Amino acid sequence: MFKILKKERLAPHVNKFLIHAPWVTKNCKPGQFVIIRVDEEGERIPLTIAEYDREQGTITLIVQEVGKTTYKLGDLDEGDAIEDVIGPLGRPAEIAKVGTVVTIGGGVGTAIVYPETRAFKEAGNYLISIVGYKNKELIILEEEMRQYSDELYVTTDDGSYGRQGFVSDQLKDLIESGRKIDLVLTIGPAIMMKVICDLTRKFNIKTIVSLNSIMMDGTAMCGGCRVEVNGKTRFACVDGPEFDGHQVNFDLLMKRLGTYRDQEKESLERYLQNKEKA
Amino acid sequence: MEKKTVKKPRRMGIPRQPMPKQKPEERTGNFNEVALGYTVELALEEAERCIQCRKPPCIKGCPVNINIPAFIQLISERKFIEAARKIKEDDVLPAMTGRVCPQEEQCEIQCVVGIKHKPVAIGRLERFAADFEAEHSEMDLPEMESSNGQKVAVVGSGPSGLTVAADCARMGYDVTVFEALHKPGGVLVYGIPEFRLPKNIVMREVDYLKKMGVKIVYDVCVGRTVTIRQLFDEGYKAIFLGLGAGLPRFMSIEGENLLGIYSANEFLTRINLMRAYKFPEYDTPIRIGHRVAVIGGGNVAMDSVRSALRFGAEEAHIIYRRSRPEMPAREEEIENAEEEGVLFDFLVNPLRYIGDENGWIKAIELIKMELGEPDASGRKRPVPIKGSEFIYKVDTVVVAIGQTVNPLLLDTTPEIKTNKWGYIKADPETGETSMKGVFAGGDIVTGEATVIAAMGAGRKAAKTIDAYLKNLRADQ
Ligand SMILES: Cc1cc2nc3c(=O)[nH]c(=O)nc-3n(C[C@H](O)[C@H](O)[C@H](O)COP(=O)(O)OP(=O)(O)OC[C@H]3O[C@@H](n4cnc5c(N)ncnc54)[C@H](O)[C@@H]3O)c2cc1C
Ligand SMILES: Cc1cc2nc3c(=O)[nH]c(=O)nc-3n(C[C@H](O)[C@H](O)[C@H](O)COP(=O)(O)OP(=O)(O)OC[C@H]3O[C@@H](n4cnc5c(N)ncnc54)[C@H](O)[C@@H]3O)c2cc1C
Ligand code: SF4
Ligand code: SF4
Ligand code: FES
Repeated sequence: MFKILKKERLAPHVNKFLIHAPWVTKNCKPGQFVIIRVDEEGERIPLTIAEYDREQGTITLIVQEVGKTTYKLGDLDEGDAIEDVIGPLGRPAEIAKVGTVVTIGGGVGTAIVYPETRAFKEAGNYLISIVGYKNKELIILEEEMRQYSDELYVTTDDGSYGRQGFVSDQLKDLIESGRKIDLVLTIGPAIMMKVICDLTRKFNIKTIVSLNSIMMDGTAMCGGCRVEVNGKTRFACVDGPEFDGHQVNFDLLMKRLGTYRDQEKESLERYLQNKEKA
Repeated sequence: MEKKTVKKPRRMGIPRQPMPKQKPEERTGNFNEVALGYTVELALEEAERCIQCRKPPCIKGCPVNINIPAFIQLISERKFIEAARKIKEDDVLPAMTGRVCPQEEQCEIQCVVGIKHKPVAIGRLERFAADFEAEHSEMDLPEMESSNGQKVAVVGSGPSGLTVAADCARMGYDVTVFEALHKPGGVLVYGIPEFRLPKNIVMREVDYLKKMGVKIVYDVCVGRTVTIRQLFDEGYKAIFLGLGAGLPRFMSIEGENLLGIYSANEFLTRINLMRAYKFPEYDTPIRIGHRVAVIGGGNVAMDSVRSALRFGAEEAHIIYRRSRPEMPAREEEIENAEEEGVLFDFLVNPLRYIGDENGWIKAIELIKMELGEPDASGRKRPVPIKGSEFIYKVDTVVVAIGQTVNPLLLDTTPEIKTNKWGYIKADPETGETSMKGVFAGGDIVTGEATVIAAMGAGRKAAKTIDAYLKNLRADQ
């Protein structure tokens, strides 16, 4: 059992958890994730390690409530425990000094981009960060991102904060204004990553993405997380989750993410109904 | 063959006692065990058929050399618990091997009774004794040597790892098992379905290990969570790797990543480990259509196709590129599948998968095959028949064509040498690897094999570990 030491609501349906998981902290690095199982009946889902503290043996997870498992997790409180937390899994991000790095986070993807933004900054890069949200209410980690960014741009779809528009609009402006960009790292919904990759491909800017395919074991045993990169099948949990975005088949990824849509809907509705009754 | 005792003449007239089973039409509606096990009467009758050979060939057929006539004799004498203990001298998990060993090609194929009649049902008797002991005794601890304080780490809780853990605990070591998943048992739990090997039997054996003082730590993926080096730093003196095979094989053909195409590992793990058959009570979903095709002809394919039937698939097919006699699955399981209504399509092989506009599988293009000359494995090689391609409609596919090496641990531990297929190079007699203090056995060394072979390898490795650590103690 893995104890929740602290819980904080960052925005509607976005929670931050501080979890005691000393094994995970032994070797974890930015870009890696854990697989958790909330309880005995629970599904195994992947979540990125947003922060870790080796001395305290703690990790921080930032989780958006989208379905039964993440809602169930969101209903836990400080002092409660999570049945399983396994990790770190996946390849660590390749952090190097390359010059100017643009990190782009969409929604809760910001939580995943954040530890790498920090690592790229600490490696001596010039950091431009772009974070986008649906609206002002959903903004998370703005201050944390600002702390490690030389420039920070915030966009909202409805214009309720920062620039109105998508993160890709902001990136386009930067590119067109002639800024030299050596590397783009983008994490968020598959469609957002696809749009960014289509843009940077035109300008030949190397772009790294973190793929969020459906995972189960996270240890290369099931093959459920397979994605297509450069025409080849890869397992996102061990070969990734980060890949060269220009080679990723995003259409396939988006389709595969919908595999269980009907069951997920049923599951969440039942959960919310039962909660109401209780 | 000489005989020790001349038994009642009635003996030779006794037919091999059949295994009582759930009726086919009932069992496809549930996930309960199909084979119900011998009753005391059936066991006594079957035990009577063993002629107690003085030089029993059956023992040589068993990879761990169980003293088969001795335990069968004990069953004849109604000393069922003693019979189980006799088996356990060589096989720590008899309730499992009695159920899943390919007996027909190991111990039973050697049985002399089998020359004229059907061989003694050694596996069924083994299962009977083990189940009887579990139900009727306290499962007393074996004789244990007093603690020597040395720490042994076992990576992986499949049959090889559990065997090493049991043997080392018995020899006085302080044993910790590290398992990447959240449950112990390896393939016994995530692969082989409930209807063939009930999970409570595996848990029973694991509880027994815990009683012996073995510690099990779940959710630790050695190589990622903690490295081999770090385990040594934490005071473990010897490390056994029982990682299993793991990584599912695909055919690298067009359309393999369409929705509705599962590896057998994913399909079976969703069902067995994650209990998708109890969805929505359990959270993990699975999608199984009306017409399911399972590619392959081994035990894994049989387990997948029979699981699909239990999920209510209207048609569950086996697609196999050779013919029935070449199928590597156990005969008993093929028969069970046939009884349950599994349909077999032999001598066909997939060329590509065809999807609908949403990316779901809707058909396979198959090609007909014919059998040519025998290949390296001794089985006739299937050869495609030109121009025989055809389209075959399905809505779920399970690919059960085998597994290869899981790269996770080996990628992070270059000191451990592997062979050209990527499996760990370990001495088959001792389990020693190229890294000092690290031993290995089971599927990660041999490639996909059997439960009993993995246990046999574990047993040998435990002996080597003991010798190695005794030496270390002497040096200090
Ligand atoms: C490597 C990786 C890191 C991630 N990091 C984070 C993170 O830090 N914070 C965060 O909020 N989310 C993260 N996610 C996404 C998160 O795993 C999903 O939101 C979660 O699994 C949804 O589960 P659910 O039961 O609540 O929702 P469901 O109703 O089951 O599913 C909602 C949607 O989530 C996706 N999903 C469902 N099951 C899984 C699964 N087992 N694995 C992956 N995706 C699934 C599907 O697209 C599905 O349509 C990450 C995903 C991956 C692959
Ligand atoms: C569906 C199916 C049906 C089968 N049917 C039969 C049958 O009827 N009869 C028979 O004899 N054999 C059968 N087999 C084969 C048999 O199950 C295997 O040969 C046997 O289980 C191998 O044992 P093992 O100890 O080597 O590894 P496994 O049973 O594969 O166990 C390995 C364990 O190690 C864990 N692990 C892996 N890497 C790490 C790591 N880095 N850190 C921590 N833990 C790790 C895994 O999670 C797993 O739990 C079947 C196999 C399958 C898949
Ligand atoms: S362990 Fe397997 S091979 Fe050995 S006697 Fe038992 S059933 Fe036969
Ligand atoms: S089981 Fe068969 S081979 Fe073995 S002792 Fe009995 S009769 Fe002989
Ligand atoms: S999640 Fe199972 S192989 Fe990647």
